[in-house]
Amino acid sequence: MAEIEPLKNNERDLTKVEFSQVDQPGSVGLFGHLKGFWVTFSTIFKKPETVEYPEVKAPTQERFHGRHQLNRHPDGLEKCIGCELCAWACPADAIYVEGADNTEENRMSPGERYGKVYQINYLRCVFCGLCIEACPTRALTMTNEYELADDSRAKLIFEKDDLLGPLRAGMLLPPHPMYPDMTDTNYYNGDVKQAHPSQDVNK
Amino acid sequence: MTTAEIVDMITVVIDGFEVSVPKGTLVIRAAEQLGIQIPRFCDHPLLDPVGACRQCLVDIEINGRAFPKPQASCTIPVEPGMIVKTQLTSPVADKAQQGVMELLLINHPLDCPVCDKGGECPLQNQALSSGHSESRFQGVKRTFEKPINISSQVLLDRERCVLCARCTRFSEQIASDPFITLNERGALQQVGIYEKQPFTSYFSGNTVQICPVGALTGASYRFRARPFDLVSTPSACEHCASGCDMRTDVRRGKTLRRLAGEDASVNEEWNCDKGRWAFKYVTAVDRLAHPQIRNSDGELVQASWPEALAAAAQGLKASASAVLIGGRTTHEDAYGYSKFARIALNTNDIDFRSRVSSDEEREFLATHIVGSTTTYLDIDRADHVVLVGFEPEEESPIVFLRINKQFRKRALKVTSIGSKLSIGVEKLKGEFVKVAPGEEATAIAGLPLTAKSVILVGERASESAGVLSAVAALASSTSAKVAWIPRRAGERGALEAGAIGNLLPGGRPVSDASARVDIAALWNAPSLPTTVGRSNDEIYAAVNSGDLGALLVGGVDPLDGLNSTAALAALDKAFVVSLEIAPSEVTQRANVILPVAAITEKSGSFLNWEGRARKFDAAVDNSLNRSDLRILSMIAQEMGVSLNLGTVTAAAKEIASIGTWDGARATMKPIKSGKTESLKDNEFILTSWRRLLDLGTLQKGEDNLAGTARQCVAVISPKRAASLGVVDGDQLKISSALGAVTLPALVEDIHDDAVWAPRNSRGSQLLVNLGAAHGAVVTVVKI
Repeated sequence: MAEIEPLKNNERDLTKVEFSQVDQPGSVGLFGHLKGFWVTFSTIFKKPETVEYPEVKAPTQERFHGRHQLNRHPDGLEKCIGCELCAWACPADAIYVEGADNTEENRMSPGERYGKVYQINYLRCVFCGLCIEACPTRALTMTNEYELADDSRAKLIFEKDDLLGPLRAGMLLPPHPMYPDMTDTNYYNGDVKQAHPSQDVNK
Repeated sequence: MTTAEIVDMITVVIDGFEVSVPKGTLVIRAAEQLGIQIPRFCDHPLLDPVGACRQCLVDIEINGRAFPKPQASCTIPVEPGMIVKTQLTSPVADKAQQGVMELLLINHPLDCPVCDKGGECPLQNQALSSGHSESRFQGVKRTFEKPINISSQVLLDRERCVLCARCTRFSEQIASDPFITLNERGALQQVGIYEKQPFTSYFSGNTVQICPVGALTGASYRFRARPFDLVSTPSACEHCASGCDMRTDVRRGKTLRRLAGEDASVNEEWNCDKGRWAFKYVTAVDRLAHPQIRNSDGELVQASWPEALAAAAQGLKASASAVLIGGRTTHEDAYGYSKFARIALNTNDIDFRSRVSSDEEREFLATHIVGSTTTYLDIDRADHVVLVGFEPEEESPIVFLRINKQFRKRALKVTSIGSKLSIGVEKLKGEFVKVAPGEEATAIAGLPLTAKSVILVGERASESAGVLSAVAALASSTSAKVAWIPRRAGERGALEAGAIGNLLPGGRPVSDASARVDIAALWNAPSLPTTVGRSNDEIYAAVNSGDLGALLVGGVDPLDGLNSTAALAALDKAFVVSLEIAPSEVTQRANVILPVAAITEKSGSFLNWEGRARKFDAAVDNSLNRSDLRILSMIAQEMGVSLNLGTVTAAAKEIASIGTWDGARATMKPIKSGKTESLKDNEFILTSWRRLLDLGTLQKGEDNLAGTARQCVAVISPKRAASLGVVDGDQLKISSALGAVTLPALVEDIHDDAVWAPRNSRGSQLLVNLGAAHGAVVTVVKI
């Protein structure tokens, strides 16, 4: 290969720059037109992909990043410990958390700490899922729900109540005490399967 | 530094770089000079080396002979011919550090997500920088009950502790409060407190700040925020005249915590618990938000700013007015009040001493204190420190720490003149000159001092006649240095700003015509009032007698004086314009209330007892509250006078242009000490001081802090206790003509004629309950 001498800028004569030849497409001809229209024609006989949204809602992919959910332990206590790692991880600064002390009278989660205030601002959220990766207790996950439009900014700041998962069978609404003889480690290891009758403080 | 100190320099090689450091420097610090960071936990530049954590291991070779094993660089001083290899150049040192880290983490719980230290934790950081990414430990971690309250404001989580002994060393070496110690041995070693004595140190917050892990945390900051939530602003402490450098951490417009800042010449790296944990008063729900005017029915109604300013201006113009300001104003605000009094109200009737004070004190301040330059360095170099009417631990804790440092280092001689031996003076092993309350002056006269001695005079020295005269005489005969240490942060600044009847700004005497011309020229005023102004008590008396008709009051608690009945009557009678942050005895009686910015919402500076400016910026941005200075300018505008002090910067500039006064100083008329009272069987002379943690206005709502306040007791001497048949814990009723307080008795080292009680603590508000604080005869009865 021949050595190419790089041109220095001040030696470059713009009037002598050669433009490379670009192939111009010529006339497509009759066959070309027919080939194109054939795609349109054949589609008439295919099943349409159109979904009549919002009447019909197509399921998303299994791992679609939708609205967040704050999960509960099987006895109903919240998994969130208010550590703010989600807020820390968030590249869009969409999450605001305030932690607080669990007390004997007001226990929301196992262990010392729970998330007292939990807000996600869906005007800022980019659904990247870094918060989910950061969560040390799997308290925060994402659902497949994607209908997140509304008519005011305030409505798009979701509070903890909007984000908390529903109470399922065997769960009790916190605050209530921890499962008898279980520590927070037992909760994280999955030893608690459902609420114990003694946890029901309203009985 | 003024005196050149000859220091032996030693040259060592660290990681291939040569560095020369003074003899005795530790290897870890020599490495810092080169910018080489050796990981550490127990090492702290202000604490004695201990080598407890072993994290700072390095390879050391001296003159070709290597140590057989890596050595702790925080305990070994440099030596000539030393070659040090840190983790950066020595694989052995690196492996040793990683090994130590692995061992430290064996029992450390994995609760970083719930730990307050998470995000600013040296253990987290150094585990990443010099630890293995995985642990080989398979067993069960040691666990402890968590957390335990070692005091109402400090929580201890023993699982997280790496046994660096920083907290125990601080408590012993810096605060001299050895209430916290390492118990047990081996894997069970843990920090603990004595069973019978809680961790009631005034400096306990520092242990939380220097803990390199989350083992010690503050109850009031628990789970409130993460470091990345907080906006930090360098600030100055508004609580006392020590002048600590601080850092204020704010989350969404609310102060969540305050930390001690670093200033080697003032507070080093420490502060007291009041400075650290008393800040909620700013966000208290009862903050004044809007101006209010008292209408014709005598009710306070909300008003607009223009209305309120017009009403204030009109009221102040209508009759002869005076200005009263508390001891908590910034230097710039005090200057604003001082200028306002002189050119808008045409009076010298202004006084910042909203407490027990005397004319003797006013003269003493004008002759000996304004412009004085005694500093912490003078304490460091003193051969003898004399405390007069001053209780450093309770009234200016950082001064206590500084005296204590010198006491521990070189057994600095301390003499305290007073009636009761205090815990602080006991810790300093000070010589206690015991006198009856009111007779302090006699004890001062004969003290053998030199030019290197320092006399620290507290604001309580004004409470006994003749004491300040005796101090002045002693200072002039021995040329010892004198410093005046008031309790409140703003008093020295207010003094320098001339917010007192006998002084103009910059220490210029009102009585000196050329001084008046000086200031009048600066202020573009045709002339300044010539008569020396009234003092605090005289102003109240003048209102009650009808000589004064209006008062401009900023940040004053009328119950802080001796004659609070007269003060309240005067406030009821006069037209009162009150500049305040929260409702008070003054606002209740005010005709116009103008809300002002609290310290976190404005910038400015305090002058600490040294006269050193402690500047601070607003920690909370975008506050709608205006500083006193701005409001005074607006009132003046309404009155048709221009203060030209629109901003703090403008005021600071004007203050700087005043310069020092080189004319004649005022002279002090010596005052004789009072006569000795003759006492009956159950009669005592009352003496008292305010405790650091008490019912102070700025400590409102701080329940955790109040939990470590010292016990409220009435102290009498063993001899009198025996004659009254009193033992520790008996209830004593102290009564005066005005009222009584009942407190548990404590028999202690106190003058036989005296009874001591805290001045403003729960169940013992002497100024309100007894109308007396020091030197008055009271009766004490056992009930």
